[in-house]
Amino acid sequence: MSDEPILKVSNVESYYGPIMAIRGVSLALPRGKIVTVLGANGAGKTTILKTISGVLDPAKGSVELEGNQIQRMDADKIVRLGLSHVPEGREVFPFLSVRENLQMGAYLRTDKDGVAQDIERVFGYFPRLKERIDQPAGSLSGGEQQMLAISRALMNRPKVLLLDEPSLGLSPLLVKEIFAIIRRVNAEQGVSILLVEQNAKMALETADYGYVLEVGRVVMDDTCEKLLGSKDIQEFYLGASDHGARGERRWKKKKTWR
Amino acid sequence: MLDFIQQFVSGTALGCVYGLIALGFVLIYKATEVVNFAQGELMMVGGFFVFTFIGLLGLNYWIGFALAVLGMAAFGMVTERLIIRPILGYPQFSIVMATIGLGYFLRSLAGMIWGTDDLKIDTPFSDGVLKIGDLVLAHDKLSVIVATLILCVVLYFFFLKTRMGTAMRATSENMLAAYYMGIPVKTVVSLIWAISAAVACCAGVLLAPITFIHSNVGLALGLKAFPAAVLGGFGSIPGALVGGVIIGVLETMAGFYLAQGWKDVVPYLVLLAVLLLKPAGLFGLQLRKKV
Ligand SMILES: Nc1ncnc2c1ncn2[C@@H]1O[C@H](COP(=O)(O)OP(=O)(O)O)[C@@H](O)[C@H]1O
Ligand SMILES: [Mg+2]
Repeated sequence: MSDEPILKVSNVESYYGPIMAIRGVSLALPRGKIVTVLGANGAGKTTILKTISGVLDPAKGSVELEGNQIQRMDADKIVRLGLSHVPEGREVFPFLSVRENLQMGAYLRTDKDGVAQDIERVFGYFPRLKERIDQPAGSLSGGEQQMLAISRALMNRPKVLLLDEPSLGLSPLLVKEIFAIIRRVNAEQGVSILLVEQNAKMALETADYGYVLEVGRVVMDDTCEKLLGSKDIQEFYLGASDHGARGERRWKKKKTWR
Repeated sequence: MLDFIQQFVSGTALGCVYGLIALGFVLIYKATEVVNFAQGELMMVGGFFVFTFIGLLGLNYWIGFALAVLGMAAFGMVTERLIIRPILGYPQFSIVMATIGLGYFLRSLAGMIWGTDDLKIDTPFSDGVLKIGDLVLAHDKLSVIVATLILCVVLYFFFLKTRMGTAMRATSENMLAAYYMGIPVKTVVSLIWAISAAVACCAGVLLAPITFIHSNVGLALGLKAFPAAVLGGFGSIPGALVGGVIIGVLETMAGFYLAQGWKDVVPYLVLLAVLLLKPAGLFGLQLRKKV
């Protein structure tokens, strides 16, 4: 039983109107692990996460959380089952205070004391939020909003955490800080994490296993160690190619997985 | 001076009614980006509900009031479920047309059910006056102001201090994120319609002793409540109330002190002037989102 992945996505196809955004994606998140999905802008990473968290219903395929099929469930039911989604671009509630944002993250919980404890706990991860507890979230910096978005998702005490590009628009130093916390959350609370990133280097150094997504399809998957060593990944995602090949030509080069 | 105070109180009372209708506009708009042009009609139907309970069935005023408010809350929820929810996501003008159509429908329906005569109910505030020296203030006007203040305090605590109230604000600010939190967004939107309709009903009941209950009363007042909401900065709850009071006072003062015809023009002139100086309205909030 414990060998079963906590989250399993099988042959999922999702559409925006007539546009097929993901084309038969399968992936697995083992319990207690961090799995990353890499891909360029528009590859379909966000769509996969939206399909998992129930904001989008897939046309085909299944999503299983601890063996339960959740692909047709409403988003609030899925949150109740212990899955939290940190959306791309933070999406904090701008006029709500930091405290109220966190309380909304715990909307489904009724144990007041537990919620208060968990607020203290996320402040342990992100002390800067504590100083701003009564400020409206919209007045925080981008990095602080990302911290708040992650903290807010943790307030649900999730078993599975979906993270959509937490590094987006942040300084390298802040990215380091946030990824260190992501590792801590995984290690200390045993939360299984599905991490979507364009910042391949940070993601591969953080995660255990990785999938590479291109135009709605998984084109490669392996342990992060192996992916870090792979020529294709180095060239196309880590920018390790010689400088002359950058720019447009870089994308015309033949990738070995095609 | 006495005249001025009396006109000011009358204007404030009228403005409170505008403000309460405007508040319904704002609540619904913030949550769903739907401008409900039938908000005045919700008030009108509320007036007929209370007429039915008090005038026809002979219930006690307060019981009739409470039943009417509960009935309108349910009416608001049903309206949202049957008319608004199915067309959410359609172009904005389709939704606007649907609410305008709803207004027509409710006016006709009310005329068919309750007739087109002016109706009247007896309330505890119908005849009394408050005398302070030479100043005479009618209870019906004062009751509107006091009730509006009470309602404001109740709503303030509800929205700021309760879990559901906070969830409503959260849903209004970012519906997608509310889904991600597991907030039952559909229920929240239903309840917002319930509150808007209930508040409109309060306005209708409070207005009943001042004007008559008639199927067209909602149209006239709705048309004034809309600029009130804009004046306050469409999207601000205190703004809706303050905007309503400003429009009510201006209208009443203009009617009393200026030549005929200015009454209906002055509020709009002031509205235009405010919007030129402060395009977001008096209480308009500029939404910030940092990258
Ligand atoms: N709301 C939408 N409506 C229509 N097409 C969309 C929408 N969101 C995304 N897409 C399209 O779906 C594809 C995948 O998008 P997305 O999942 O956001 O990619 P990523 O997160 O990897 O950048 C893109 O081609 C994008 O243009
Ligand atoms: Mg994306």
